[in-house]
Amino acid sequence: MTNLSRRKLITTGLATAAGVTGLGLAARLAQRHALIPPDHGGFYGVGETLNYASHRLLTRHSLAREFPKSQISKIPVANEIAPPSEAFRRLQAGGFADWRLSVSGMVDRPASFSLAHLKSYPSRSQITQLVCEEGWSYIAEWIGVPLSHVLEVVGIQPQAKYVVYSSIDPGWWDSIDMADALHPQTVLAYGMNGPEIPVGNGGPLRMRVPRQLGYKSVKFITGLTVTDSLKAFGKGLGSASPEAGYAWYAGI
Amino acid sequence: MVSHPRFYWGETGNVHTPTLFKLPIPASRNLVPTGYDYVLPDQNGWSRYLHFQSAWVVVLTGLLYATYGLFTGHFRYNLMSREGDLSWRTLSIAIAKNLRLERPSEAEAWTYNALQRLAYLFVIFVLFPLVIWTGLAMSPAFVSAVPAAVTLLGGQQSARTMHFFVSVFLLLFLLIHIVMVCRAGFRSRMRAMITGHASTHMERT
Repeated sequence: MTNLSRRKLITTGLATAAGVTGLGLAARLAQRHALIPPDHGGFYGVGETLNYASHRLLTRHSLAREFPKSQISKIPVANEIAPPSEAFRRLQAGGFADWRLSVSGMVDRPASFSLAHLKSYPSRSQITQLVCEEGWSYIAEWIGVPLSHVLEVVGIQPQAKYVVYSSIDPGWWDSIDMADALHPQTVLAYGMNGPEIPVGNGGPLRMRVPRQLGYKSVKFITGLTVTDSLKAFGKGLGSASPEAGYAWYAGI
Repeated sequence: MVSHPRFYWGETGNVHTPTLFKLPIPASRNLVPTGYDYVLPDQNGWSRYLHFQSAWVVVLTGLLYATYGLFTGHFRYNLMSREGDLSWRTLSIAIAKNLRLERPSEAEAWTYNALQRLAYLFVIFVLFPLVIWTGLAMSPAFVSAVPAAVTLLGGQQSARTMHFFVSVFLLLFLLIHIVMVCRAGFRSRMRAMITGHASTHMERT
């Protein structure tokens, strides 16, 4: 330790102090600009926060890649789903005519939409890739109403920060921030490679968030809740995924 | 990898498309035909968290190291090939020494040999940048901002396949590196790596 001079000691001390102050400042800025994900706690919170914050700074308005029709996968993968519930089968028997999407929370006009109602809105069709965190992927054309349009119809209040969406499958819910909720490619999809989505792929209504991995595109959507805090939902981690050990932000 | 031990080339790949190759291991998902009649437990949640946390450590320390290396001339003076480095004679002597399991000479404690310089340059300027690039190319959000990151590689599945191979090379480098450090004298080499000072006499172990 003969090389540790006083000058070195002072420089190291100053650098450490500057580092700590810088970190504190960064944390405050991140909080103010909503760059902290709901699952920021725990050992992996640092990496998770860096993922989310850097992506939000880089990709707030960028568009997910779209593909030509010729690149649509011949067989769109129908991932395993839980056996449909009694309620689901009853709705399916009725051709999903009674399927409802309820919208509540921080909105001016809470509402309930039928599929026909959603289909009467301007639709958006896009050929995007669905990538599973497991590594496989496929490309399909998704047709639906932009989530931003539905949010405009119900009138979101200015303090809104997240949209929570839930499936008819009670254990399955998720949420996205306003950057993704108002993103033009985030759609409530009712059609896939045709006018309808097969049940295996999430029909009759699936949230499509093409800038995130497949598990954020929750199937069988029945409810939207607009909120300024995710603390009151489940364990407060933002979705069912972190409760099962998976990151809330799945852009990577 | 364990949840989907199939690799593809191009934009998309799944159980309905032909593979480039398959790893002969069981999977953690029963959707994947592996030939094994059992599935492994799913470990993707925490391992993905750990993976990205480690990735940040690698990227941030890597940036520090690269900046330091450029400004102090570490890369220029210690790593760039020297005259005669790339001649067959120099390389074959270095390889032969390794194959004969000869201990490095005392002089080599102070400098890298030709093989070392080549290996380090390759790891620092080829493998690490590639592993970061191919990793980012798999991110649907990142490529929404920088589509060329994935199109230049030939598609999302190509990026995944390359990411796999580059990781294997990095792992091989790490293993060989550790073996060499042990052979050259674990304690003296670790001291040299951490403090930047080589001891004048070799360890006799």
